[in-house]
Amino acid sequence: MANSEAIAAAFADGPAYVPYLVVGDPDYESSKAYVEALDRGGADVIELGLPFSEPIAEGSTIQDALVRALDAGMTPERFFSFAEELDVDAALVCMTYYNLIYQYGDETGPRPFVERAAAAGIQGLVVPDLPAEEADPLREACDELGLDLVFIVAPTTRADRLDRLMERVSGYVYVQARLGTTGARDDVSDQTTESLDRLREYDVPKAVGFGISAGDHAERIVAGGADGIIVGSALVDIVADGVAEDRPTAAVADRLEALSRELKRGAERGHRSRTEAVDSV
Amino acid sequence: MSETDTRTTEETERARRPGRERGRDDGKFGPYGGQYVPEALMPAIEELADAYERYVLKNEDGFLDEFRERLADFGGRPTPLQRADRLSERYDTEVFLKREDLLHGGAHKLNNALGQVLLAQYMGKERIIAETGAGQHGTATAMAAAHLDMPCTIYMGERDINRQRPNVFRMKLNGSEVKPVTTGRGTLKEAISETMRDWAETVEDTHYVIGSIVGPHPFPVMVRDFQAVISEEAREQAIEKTGGLPTDVVACAGGGSNTMGAFADFVDDESVALHAVEAGGSTLDVDEEAGVAPNSASLYTGDEGVLHGARTKLLQDSDGQIMESHSISSGLDYAGVGPELAYLVDEGRVDPVAVDDDAALEGFHRLSNTEGIIPALETAHAFGFLEEHHEELGDRVVVNVSGRGDKDLDAAIEETDQRDVANAPDMSMFTGGI
Repeated sequence: MANSEAIAAAFADGPAYVPYLVVGDPDYESSKAYVEALDRGGADVIELGLPFSEPIAEGSTIQDALVRALDAGMTPERFFSFAEELDVDAALVCMTYYNLIYQYGDETGPRPFVERAAAAGIQGLVVPDLPAEEADPLREACDELGLDLVFIVAPTTRADRLDRLMERVSGYVYVQARLGTTGARDDVSDQTTESLDRLREYDVPKAVGFGISAGDHAERIVAGGADGIIVGSALVDIVADGVAEDRPTAAVADRLEALSRELKRGAERGHRSRTEAVDSV
Repeated sequence: MSETDTRTTEETERARRPGRERGRDDGKFGPYGGQYVPEALMPAIEELADAYERYVLKNEDGFLDEFRERLADFGGRPTPLQRADRLSERYDTEVFLKREDLLHGGAHKLNNALGQVLLAQYMGKERIIAETGAGQHGTATAMAAAHLDMPCTIYMGERDINRQRPNVFRMKLNGSEVKPVTTGRGTLKEAISETMRDWAETVEDTHYVIGSIVGPHPFPVMVRDFQAVISEEAREQAIEKTGGLPTDVVACAGGGSNTMGAFADFVDDESVALHAVEAGGSTLDVDEEAGVAPNSASLYTGDEGVLHGARTKLLQDSDGQIMESHSISSGLDYAGVGPELAYLVDEGRVDPVAVDDDAALEGFHRLSNTEGIIPALETAHAFGFLEEHHEELGDRVVVNVSGRGDKDLDAAIEETDQRDVANAPDMSMFTGGI
């Protein structure tokens, strides 16, 4: 099912390029320039990371970025202002951990966070430490306010759980390409193909994430059946490198835009080869 | 009586004791508990919940029999319930000590570590991972893994490694690999997060031995059940020695494993008051700006939230960011607490109390000096409580001596030297030169 028209539209024609950055990394203004660069580079959906102090699903690249953002003073309220001020065409999704959503809430449950997110123009949520079993209150609020609640499917997710997840998911499903935490890798795992095969029968866009860092990865993954690619650590690496090398904001933004173009083009090539393969049958 | 008869009696006993059943089905303790973990870990904790039910609750393949035998032969159980003569006199009440400091390894930690490593073996897992703060759970897991011939990796914050070198060496002596965690402030909560990350990558052949009654279901109930041997023994020993139940049970509380272990079999005995003594640190006030709570009193001052897989009481700022906790005892230094304890506190069944660093250190010296037992600094909080609150207690008090203090001698020298502590030895010959 789909709550957000913007997210549905992002997956409607051609593969969606879904980049992720930590909001406020390394500071509020640079971060805004970086997110806008992703948009210029062809982003269809942008996942905005709202930093939490105990990010148990993240590898070291994103953990470090979250610490930089927290040290620079990022808070949920500043995050929402950030989203409001952004000048982008892509649909916005907030990725964060449940405790922040929970604390923003009140006795009615997590609804206040969703209301505030909706007001800030956020179209969907990804909450890595909230499995489907615990998600009903958040999902009800999302359904009511028109946000998508995206779930992650892992290589270890068993068939019975898959059904449960797919009943509750909206917008797109985040296909975790391999076990472990986030982080850029050089190879594309066989687990990706397997995961996509398992999901083929479900009628919801499948975006593959974890480890994608180059255009040819994107191409292969989309050729293998993905409807979108999620890229986080490879982009966060560029930001981290900018911090380490003390590069000007504009230079870092240019690199983010360039990698985005490469990934988007790769995804489009993958999509064409898939369409051609179907046509030739 | 034949063995079968014994088990039937045990089962009847269990049905009469709803406290021991709490959380076993779904991991919920009122609003607390649950399974807030990344999807990649869900199958692993579901598999573990299934193994817990089969081996721990139903004694499949004789798991419990082997566990108890190994706890006796390798661990040295049962531990004594000893009357503390001087303290009894001082407080004009009968004070009994449950001597978990006499368990192999010098703390209650082995009860859980041995149970989980053995369970991992029954489940066919090939590798053990664990987090550790002060190193107590790490050393217990390393001992259990060596005893059962399983390869073991322990994650420990870099700062804790520097503070706890002897424990790091103990783990290595037992053949475990110790991996430093450098993220954040390099303490227990970062080590837990890092171990969960390892598990997310290796779930298929690896078991994560969590060190307390925290984390996603089934960990809180499972660890409680392994630690419950403390109160099972203490309850019988108290009845045998005194002809009745104690009026009060006192235990220190960090994550809460020795606490829940000491309380579990008394929860249904309504006449027994249960006191969870938390680390009050230097003060109960928090510095929201710096994200620091200079204490670890999550039951006493914490708010509901979600951390490390469970909903529980936490030290956090108003946004929900987890605070850096503090205590003189690194084993109590944790921003969360077991969900079952959070529930029992809300229900009014468990009385949470905070004892500060100074009172804990005085308790450390008092027990050492008057009873000939050097307690862990964690345990010392329970004796700080006794000094401050003995007038509110009944006439038969059981205190859980969760661990011995050998590991804390360096810290005790340093901390004592900074204060004017009653009962403390003359510190001049120990300081400066060390």
